[in-house]
Amino acid sequence: MSTAVKWLSAFGRFWWDFLIGDTPELFLAVLVVIGLAFALHHDRVAGIVVVLLAVIGFLGTSTWRGRKRRSS
Amino acid sequence: MTSAVILALAVFGASCVEMVEALTIVVAAGVSRGWRSAFEGTLVAVIALTVIVAAVGVPLVRLVPLDALRVVVGGLLLVLGLNWLRKAILRASGHKALHDEDAIYARTLAELSGDRSSSATPAPSFRHGAWRHGPRDSTGFVVAFKGVFLEGMEVVMIVITLGSSSRRLGLAAAAAAAAVVIVGVIGALVARQLSEVPENAMKMGVGIMLTSFGVFWVGEGAGLHWPGSDLFLLGLVALFALSAFVMIRSMRQLVPPSPVVERAADVSVS
Repeated sequence: MSTAVKWLSAFGRFWWDFLIGDTPELFLAVLVVIGLAFALHHDRVAGIVVVLLAVIGFLGTSTWRGRKRRSS
Repeated sequence: MTSAVILALAVFGASCVEMVEALTIVVAAGVSRGWRSAFEGTLVAVIALTVIVAAVGVPLVRLVPLDALRVVVGGLLLVLGLNWLRKAILRASGHKALHDEDAIYARTLAELSGDRSSSATPAPSFRHGAWRHGPRDSTGFVVAFKGVFLEGMEVVMIVITLGSSSRRLGLAAAAAAAAVVIVGVIGALVARQLSEVPENAMKMGVGIMLTSFGVFWVGEGAGLHWPGSDLFLLGLVALFALSAFVMIRSMRQLVPPSPVVERAADVSVS
């Protein structure tokens, strides 16, 4: 493998790990939050409330998914 | 002013956390392969990271429209902040093992030592100036370089995103440089990894600040103007800190008992 391909592959791996890694749901959550902010920017109060609730909800859901489970 | 202080604190805290992790690898490389190469590898990595900040950050600040920049970097900060916060909550609530610098140090030292005699005690050569005149070792150089460069890339991301979106690249770079110098000096003075640093608490604080900045910039970039402007950042920090606290409290009750405890409970019942 040439040096350029190795560098490109390492660069791609860095961004994959950084953005998605083992929590793809957080990457999707951020896209949803950005979409909500754009969709609701005309209604300031609703926009602020929905964006903040969405961030906290996504964080809670992702953290809940990462918890230790009882072995059955 | 408020955002400048929080920005400096966020960059400084994130840089401290990452540099403590890098220091563990550098000290292991120095102890096992010689301080000169470890020091040179560290220096080259810091220079490379500085060049990346200048090469990417300065054009971003000058060329990209502010609103677009804020949405993109806000999104990146949000990804990074939520990931740090999630990990810190899982660790604080007992659902994930704490980051163990001692174990990482021992493992790196064992890998690097090979057939060389090794010791977990500080290398005396460091204090006697051998880091300037000792023999060069390519493995020590590469390991120290990779350790600092890879850990530092996250710092570079934070410096560039926070610095460019708030038009305070110089302040962000200075806060990161201060952290590198402080952790480096402390590491050099004690010549060992800093396992006593409350890394999870720092990661929690930085995760809260990065998440707050991420939400703030995404909102600003999308046209969602926050009440009180920059002051609203303090409200966001408080809100996410409170949310993290509630999540830790509620998740602590859900930690399954360890096998040892379960066995002990079985014995006592029987």
